[in-house]
Amino acid sequence: MQNHILSIILFTPLIGALVLLFVPKENKDAVRWIANIFALGGFLVSLPLVPMFWAQRFDATQHFKFIEGTANNWIPSIGAGYTIGIDGISFLLIMLTTLLGWISILSSWTAIENRVKEYYVWFLILQTGMLGVFMALDFFLFFVFWEAMLVPMYLLIGIWGGPRKLYAAIKFFLYTLAGSVLMLLGILFLYFHHERVTHVFTFSIPELYKTAPQIYSDPAYGPTIATLLFFAFFFAFAIKVPMFPFHTWLPDAHVEAPTAGSVILAGVLLKMGTYGFIRFSLPFFPDVLTHGKVRGWMIALSIIGILYGALVSLMQKDMKKLVAYSSVSHLGFCTLGIFALTPLALSGSVLQQINHGISTGALFLIVGILYERRHTREIAEYGGISTVMPVYATITLIMFLSSMGLPLLNGFIGEYYIMLGTFMVSWRWAAWAVPGVVLAAAYLLWLYQRVFFGTVTNPKNEKLHDLTPREVLTFVPLLIMAFWIGLYPKPFLQILEQPATQIVQSVTNPQGASAGAMNAALLQQPETAQAEKGKN
Amino acid sequence: MNPNLNPNLNLWVIPILPLAGAAINGFLGKKASRAGVTAVALFFSGAAFAWALLVAARFSSLSLPYHEFFAHWIRITGFSADFAFYLDQLSLVMLLVVTGVGFLIHVYSVGYMWDDPSYYRFFSYLNLFMFFMLTLVLAGNYLQMFIGWEGVGLASYLLIGFWFTKDSAASAGKKAFIVNRIGDFGFLIALFLLIKHFGSLNFDQVFGAVVPLPVETADAGLLTAIGILLMVGACGKSAQIPLYVWLPDAMEGPTPVSALIHAATMVTAGVYMVSRSHVIFERAPFALTVVAIIGTLTAFFAATIGIAQTDIKKVLAYSTISQLGYMFMACGVGAFSAGIFHLMTHAFFKGLLFLGAGSVIHAVGGEQDMRKMGGLKSFIPVTFGTMLIATLAIAGVPPLAGFWSKDEILWKAYQVSPVYWGIGVVTAFITSFYMFRLLFMTFFGDYRGAKVDAHGHSSHGHDAHGRGEPHESPMVMLVPLMILALLSLVGGFVGWGNHFENFLAPVFGTAEAVDSASHSTELLLMGVSVAVALFGWWLAYLLYCKRPELPQKIADSLGSLYQTVVHKYYIDELYAAVFVKPLIDGSMRILWQDVDRKIIDAAVNDAGDGAKHVSDEVRHMQSGNIRSYAGWISAGAGVVIALMIWMWTKAR
Repeated sequence: MQNHILSIILFTPLIGALVLLFVPKENKDAVRWIANIFALGGFLVSLPLVPMFWAQRFDATQHFKFIEGTANNWIPSIGAGYTIGIDGISFLLIMLTTLLGWISILSSWTAIENRVKEYYVWFLILQTGMLGVFMALDFFLFFVFWEAMLVPMYLLIGIWGGPRKLYAAIKFFLYTLAGSVLMLLGILFLYFHHERVTHVFTFSIPELYKTAPQIYSDPAYGPTIATLLFFAFFFAFAIKVPMFPFHTWLPDAHVEAPTAGSVILAGVLLKMGTYGFIRFSLPFFPDVLTHGKVRGWMIALSIIGILYGALVSLMQKDMKKLVAYSSVSHLGFCTLGIFALTPLALSGSVLQQINHGISTGALFLIVGILYERRHTREIAEYGGISTVMPVYATITLIMFLSSMGLPLLNGFIGEYYIMLGTFMVSWRWAAWAVPGVVLAAAYLLWLYQRVFFGTVTNPKNEKLHDLTPREVLTFVPLLIMAFWIGLYPKPFLQILEQPATQIVQSVTNPQGASAGAMNAALLQQPETAQAEKGKN
Repeated sequence: MNPNLNPNLNLWVIPILPLAGAAINGFLGKKASRAGVTAVALFFSGAAFAWALLVAARFSSLSLPYHEFFAHWIRITGFSADFAFYLDQLSLVMLLVVTGVGFLIHVYSVGYMWDDPSYYRFFSYLNLFMFFMLTLVLAGNYLQMFIGWEGVGLASYLLIGFWFTKDSAASAGKKAFIVNRIGDFGFLIALFLLIKHFGSLNFDQVFGAVVPLPVETADAGLLTAIGILLMVGACGKSAQIPLYVWLPDAMEGPTPVSALIHAATMVTAGVYMVSRSHVIFERAPFALTVVAIIGTLTAFFAATIGIAQTDIKKVLAYSTISQLGYMFMACGVGAFSAGIFHLMTHAFFKGLLFLGAGSVIHAVGGEQDMRKMGGLKSFIPVTFGTMLIATLAIAGVPPLAGFWSKDEILWKAYQVSPVYWGIGVVTAFITSFYMFRLLFMTFFGDYRGAKVDAHGHSSHGHDAHGRGEPHESPMVMLVPLMILALLSLVGGFVGWGNHFENFLAPVFGTAEAVDSASHSTELLLMGVSVAVALFGWWLAYLLYCKRPELPQKIADSLGSLYQTVVHKYYIDELYAAVFVKPLIDGSMRILWQDVDRKIIDAAVNDAGDGAKHVSDEVRHMQSGNIRSYAGWISAGAGVVIALMIWMWTKAR
């Protein structure tokens, strides 16, 4: 079990999709039940990973844990392998994916009435694709998952979406595809460069960690080529995140996507961009970031994203668009945390990615619930909802507070770590980011006031019924997580400590890190000191 | 100091009690009876007060400051912030004020809110506020203080917007939260600076590291920056210039909320925070000067606005801002214990004034406009009596509480600069004037309001008996008034012979001995303060009792100046025009409509369309039509030939 836990987690949703193929599509309830069982199953099989990973959280002898498969075992002729493995960062993202995957499928029960079977099949395939991205330790495998997951998302928006679904779906697809093409070029460059240096063809990511950083100082290529390569990857990830100014596909995709699609899109898909930065851009191109202006540009784009996303969010008339732009702002914090290049900010960034998945995932569910009842997301259509749906109003308020970073809830911890970590590098960067927190309060509280406060002026809202038990159930895990991270973030931060430190070290101190690549034991943290001693 | 010497006080129980009350009423209150909700709310807030009294009883046996670790929260390499409690003389004073006044206001609210349909929700929020406020004052580090700081902001937001079906209430709550967040910007950055330079946010470690540092007299440095940033935070929470604008609007909340949160406790958090950080401020004279100037200006500025307000709660709101200004003036001149002294007496008399105002509003059926009151002293004698005491106290008439604390501040301010003292004395005169104006307009003369209608105030929660004339409040509201009146009467005597200052001396350091020459100056200044207080009283009497036609004439003769004051110097309008509108318009027109849609998104779509057009054209070339191909071939040949001829001519 321990040896194959990752594969089990990875393929459970796919097996669910295969099983669904044999269920007659007329029997919608059977389809729903089976899909929900596999979705819950997908979450449950990931739970044993928690204690297993916890036991190894400080183990710095190997950066990646639970590794399955060896390099080049899949297509040996080109050096592609089915190699998967995780560190603390991918561990948390995988847990977020399995949780949100289950919640999204649960939330779709009444929302999807057409082509039910196809919907769940694609959703489960999407789930496997996303998990694969976070697990792959082979670039070929990574790229397969990365591209494979585009198709189901495209279909989810394009078939079950809103009135402009085709426009949004094609925009989403082409935009992300354009980024991926550049990344593919980048991957191939690294692949051939590795062969040139070592005379071995391989897509193995840990192997490429050893050679890719050398491109910068390689006389045959030099800083310009390394910088171009950085940007080849940058476009793929920046579009996915999305960083300003590559964000315009996001509001369109969100507005048209079905609720569950939005939850997954914001909760997980965007994290693939930040994950890419952390997993590839940082360790592959340390010199590009530590020399020259590239890092400054990254920081500037992050800060613009924080402020711009918040300001534009303030002005939206459509609730879903508002939440979508708030994602641009929140993800700006995440990229700021990444490019601040301190373990503190990087831990905060990953934690904030998880927080964003929880809070914004919940916000999309919240919008979806109103949409299902009234079939409009126009803020002006609402008002006084607190009176008719008090439970819903309370849960919404808690999630809004979590999203705006109120202490004792999850958002605060992530933002605080990011800003503190950034402040240690430059107080100016942090000072520019802090207004984002003020603006978050403004756009969320204003939204809350317009939707929930006041009297019910629209007669259509008078008869709205409060949450059903199923709907409450979708929020319970998210509420628990929001309070858990807010009140007791220590376990999460311990999980992130080792990978965050190693990745930052690999950038800021590549000489020290390059020899053992990512596997060198570099930690001098007090909490891990004991583990260190035991090992030596 | 060995913490093991101390008995375990279990301070954590004090905030947890009201939290439990908030949770019980929040989850179960909807289905429970009013009596049940009342019992829960009063039990848990009362128990917190009782526990605080127990702590006070054992206080003398403690070695201070007392520390109590509760749980881990944030641990980073080289920095940690735990849930930990800290008790010294300063936090004890705050603890007793918060739990004591808080409990009284809970009792009062039972009567005031009895008929509100969301009775349980009110008490749930009120208990939640107590939890956060106690977290704030008992915090052992800045980060926990920040939890309480944001938490009271949340409770304040919920309670200002308690009657959320009213748009003005909902907007006021939002405004309060956002303006406070602007202040938090400074607080947060100050915390980052503390972590960066001292590696800790624990009070002991920070202050231990700051004490050996030199005073930043010559040039402003790190401590000055931290001090000013902390003051930015304090300006938000304690409603000082330029962030005071949320507090008058906050009067949209139920009156007990105004008394508890927006007069007695939460708004004083900034004063507490600055006093708690006195070690930093004492080494940053420039930051102290900033505090003193902001405090002095706010005291004067808000008092002048108070003169022309006709809404009874708005007068008290501006008065609160003004009195908070006094407290900051005290901190700014280094007289932290005087500031805390005034904080305490202000909690008594301003809490009383608000509760009294609530009783008045209750009596006249929800009316808040003083022009429609008058002559109420015979209808509601107990309310009148207690409010008279509070008015005397705030006006600084000896020997009531406000006299002692205000005089202490003015005396300390005089020693630093007579300018502070001068503005302070003028403000004291204005204070006395607008407070007696309030008293005379409300309680004297003839009743100018309508007959009280049983259903005339359904939007407010207080009960109506359907009587035809103003009626006195029930005992459950009057008893807290009487207790607070007693405290306003005698509360100042703790300052007698510097008792209060000496009590706080372990925190703030001992006062320097005053020689007899300056002692006579002190007496002279004291005489001046008493004189201006009496003069303000007399003037208000003249204008609002003897010659009630005069104020209108004066107002008319002052013209635009008067209008400016009535409109609060148009500051709200100014902020709207300078900050809010450009922000909204800029986001809407420039960022959203132009940048996002017309530039970025249009570029994306153009790129897509461009690709489509190009491929469309290319597609047409491959039509399968021989003649078309022939045409392309000849065209291409033509181009090639032309090119060759051109190159050939050039080569020649």
